[in-house]
Amino acid sequence: MAFIALLVVLAIVVFWLIGAYNKLIGLKNQVANAWKQIDVQLKRRHDLIPNLVNTVKGAMQFERETLEAVVAARNQAIKVQQTPGVSVSQTAAAESQLTGALSRLLAVVESYPDLKATGNVAQLQEELTSTENKIAFARQLYNDTATQYNTKQQQFPTNLVSGMAGASPAELWEITDVAERAVPNVDLSFGSTPPRTTA
Amino acid sequence: MSDDFESTNLFEQQEANRRRTRWLVIAFIAFFAWLGFGGDWILYELTRGAPPNAYRHAFPWFGIVLTTFAAILAAFSWKTGPSRVLWSAGAREIETPNGDVETRLVNVVEEMAIASGIPRPRIWLIGDADPNAFATGLDAEHAHIAVTDGLLATCTRDELQAVIAHEMGHVKNLDVRLMTFLAALVGAVALMSDGMGRMLRGGVRFGAFTGGGRSRGKRDNLGPLVLVLLVLWLLSWLIAPFVTRLLALGVSRKREFLADAMSAQFTRNPLALASALEKIEHADAPTTSIKRGSAHLCIADPLGRQSSLREGKLADFFGTHPPMALRVARLRAMGYQEKKRLGESLEAMA
Repeated sequence: MAFIALLVVLAIVVFWLIGAYNKLIGLKNQVANAWKQIDVQLKRRHDLIPNLVNTVKGAMQFERETLEAVVAARNQAIKVQQTPGVSVSQTAAAESQLTGALSRLLAVVESYPDLKATGNVAQLQEELTSTENKIAFARQLYNDTATQYNTKQQQFPTNLVSGMAGASPAELWEITDVAERAVPNVDLSFGSTPPRTTA
Repeated sequence: MSDDFESTNLFEQQEANRRRTRWLVIAFIAFFAWLGFGGDWILYELTRGAPPNAYRHAFPWFGIVLTTFAAILAAFSWKTGPSRVLWSAGAREIETPNGDVETRLVNVVEEMAIASGIPRPRIWLIGDADPNAFATGLDAEHAHIAVTDGLLATCTRDELQAVIAHEMGHVKNLDVRLMTFLAALVGAVALMSDGMGRMLRGGVRFGAFTGGGRSRGKRDNLGPLVLVLLVLWLLSWLIAPFVTRLLALGVSRKREFLADAMSAQFTRNPLALASALEKIEHADAPTTSIKRGSAHLCIADPLGRQSSLREGKLADFFGTHPPMALRVARLRAMGYQEKKRLGESLEAMA
């Protein structure tokens, strides 16, 4: 009798172990997938920038530094993205530089009504706005999933199988730049919004 | 901790929707079985005392035929539900976006697909000047989102995003499965009951005409049970469309609040949805393209808006949607809470 009871308890423990292990692996894959989403969008942003810069270059002779800052930030961001084994915080830092430079450029574009009226620029603006939003949402999804994963692997009793599942805390994408945190969207559909003054 | 809570909440909601859809299928088939076998039973009781060479109803033909019919109808509704809902609204699919407005819509849907972590649904456009939107489909992998021209014309980018996020909430919750299936069934039952009602009226007149002079002795041994059964059976035919419509009402109101909350979670911008809902509410023309049967799928009631304006017992009972003012108020409260939380940094910026 006692032997059967022991067997039952053992079976329950084994089933629980399998369940917890699979839950952790599932979450780990979700985190990896969420990160891939960010990666895709970042690459898209990097690809869009030369287009934008070429289109606005002619009309914006006086804004050389703004343009150069965008190009420099882009090159830096690409370099970081292509470095193998780069950490989340390094990517975040490089990309937030680029976000800052880009939003300054877009604010400047606002003050050139002729330029904005060109169909091409309006299209590029929409593309860029959308890409910026996608990056922001992909980051949001990544952070949510990673938090869930981190919480799960620290919680008792799941933490007992954390080691077996090879679980380690996923690094969150922290928003380091204060300016970016306050104004995350580059939505230019409201013409009345004054350009940001923070540098 | 709150993320964990949200994910279990979502999981529960998905599970509840799966379960409710299953029950709906079972109830639907059981109801038809009752109509069929009930009819067989009544006929059996009626013909039991018939002379040996007259017709006796011994084999339950009606039951078998109707139950099979119901099963086929349910399977058919399941398979073709989404495409029928889209077809009845006159929606056309955007495959490659044409022009700035469509590009913006496609971009916004892609953004929300990323935010909600589900594959991008197919996008449909309805040529109607009244702002409205709905989602349909059987699961997140095969979902559709349809918006009207009016929505694209009246909403800003942020508001459009909030509306699409609300629809994504329905998709992610699996609300679309239950609601699409229900829409298909409401349509099927309404059609069938109309036909049966006509046949019954004809039949009763026919019966009254011919059966008037039957022998009295047989009527005595009919018994009260058969009479009660007969009344119940006839009533079932008549109330079927009413019941399915009531189901459609009850099913959709609570989940509008939930989808609003999910929209806020995806966009982190509840105030945008609040202002979008107000715009939709104040465009007072009814959405003529969207028919009664799929009203419960929409973000705002496409029929009369009277019931969604007022709060109260009557409005609660007959509206497919909760009072708009209440939804807006809840979203506003969410928005202000968020502002308060971020208050310091916002003030520092100003």
